[in-house]
Amino acid sequence: MTGDAPGAVISIRNVVKTFPDQQGRPVRVLDGVTLDVLAGETLIIMGGSGCGKSTLLNCLIGELVPDEGRILYRTRDCDEPRDITGLDETGMNELRKRFGILFQSGALFNSMTVAENVALPLAEHSYVDPAIIDIVVTMKLQQVRMLPHRDKMPAQLSGGQKKRAGLARATALDPEILFYDEPSAGLDPVTSAAIDELIMDLSRKLHVTSVVITHEMDSAFRIADRMVMLDRGRVLRIGPRSDFERLRDADPADLSSPDDRLIHQFLTGETTGPLTDADGLSEYEKQIIAG
Amino acid sequence: MADQGGCVKDVRRQGSAVVVALRGGVDLHHTPAVHKALVQACEQRPAKLVVNLEEVDYMDSSGLGTLVEVFRRVHQYNGSFALCGANHRVQSVLEITRLDRFFKVFATEQEALSA
Repeated sequence: MTGDAPGAVISIRNVVKTFPDQQGRPVRVLDGVTLDVLAGETLIIMGGSGCGKSTLLNCLIGELVPDEGRILYRTRDCDEPRDITGLDETGMNELRKRFGILFQSGALFNSMTVAENVALPLAEHSYVDPAIIDIVVTMKLQQVRMLPHRDKMPAQLSGGQKKRAGLARATALDPEILFYDEPSAGLDPVTSAAIDELIMDLSRKLHVTSVVITHEMDSAFRIADRMVMLDRGRVLRIGPRSDFERLRDADPADLSSPDDRLIHQFLTGETTGPLTDADGLSEYEKQIIAG
Repeated sequence: MADQGGCVKDVRRQGSAVVVALRGGVDLHHTPAVHKALVQACEQRPAKLVVNLEEVDYMDSSGLGTLVEVFRRVHQYNGSFALCGANHRVQSVLEITRLDRFFKVFATEQEALSA
């Protein structure tokens, strides 16, 4: 597939990103990634540490430029798809208004109150009356159930509250696309479920397209429409949530494909399987044998 | 008043009410002009201010914030504020922000005027 698929908000085509390893040798962290993000869906990107998912996220938000390949955005404000790999800073800043990002820590400015943090994108990107900005801030904080904390400083908030405030700020400009970097990491189960509810609410009611990087499988299976498994910089599998539920629930002895067994192990967190035992030997055994 | 250009289609007096009809996408770019038109309508202190949304395709949070700001102004002089003709998409944003609890929302302009 080389063109942008119909219904795709983001089309990622043969993206390659290389970084030097400790010896200066090039390592392909992304090795020809091709996938589509469809309008209004919640797409989960998952994989083990070092699989390339954070690098992919950074390429998608324009923080990293791929060495090869294209990343095409088709947003409502533009008839033609835009390839961000060729966009200058002005073009990239214009596109950034169309998406919001929830970073792991919430990434709030510590010198501003919660309300000022949420107001910032509106004040920076529009000529809207301050009284209206204040009303929008109230609406956004209400959506994430943070209204009682609007005048607090970030240092006074818990981890979950910071994340909810970060989500209010990420949605301040009503983005078409929301990127979530480990939204449930470090949260208690109830707060994690509340964040999941918010993601689903935004998707269902406002048709926001969500791209979620996560390790938390309970959360992933709650919110996903489709899932992508990355392994060593490549797309190992992409499909609807039901495909991954089937692999999760299968008996590994019934899975003939090594990829299926690897995905099963990742989804279930089992300690034995191809992820931990690639050659039938553990890393410990290999080191003992190799001397 | 005839066609105002942009998102403000027209402003009409209907008895003791003023109807402001909007159109297109009411977003960050168009909110300042919409706010100006609604504030001017408020300054006439109509007994009822109706915002007709029949031709509005979508409305972002700044558009909703504008409606709330004007709702407050009308409330201050004890006037009545109503919306009409919101499509499914606009209705959804009113629901998710829970503003449907504060605004009177009618299916048609006639219903809004006669309520």
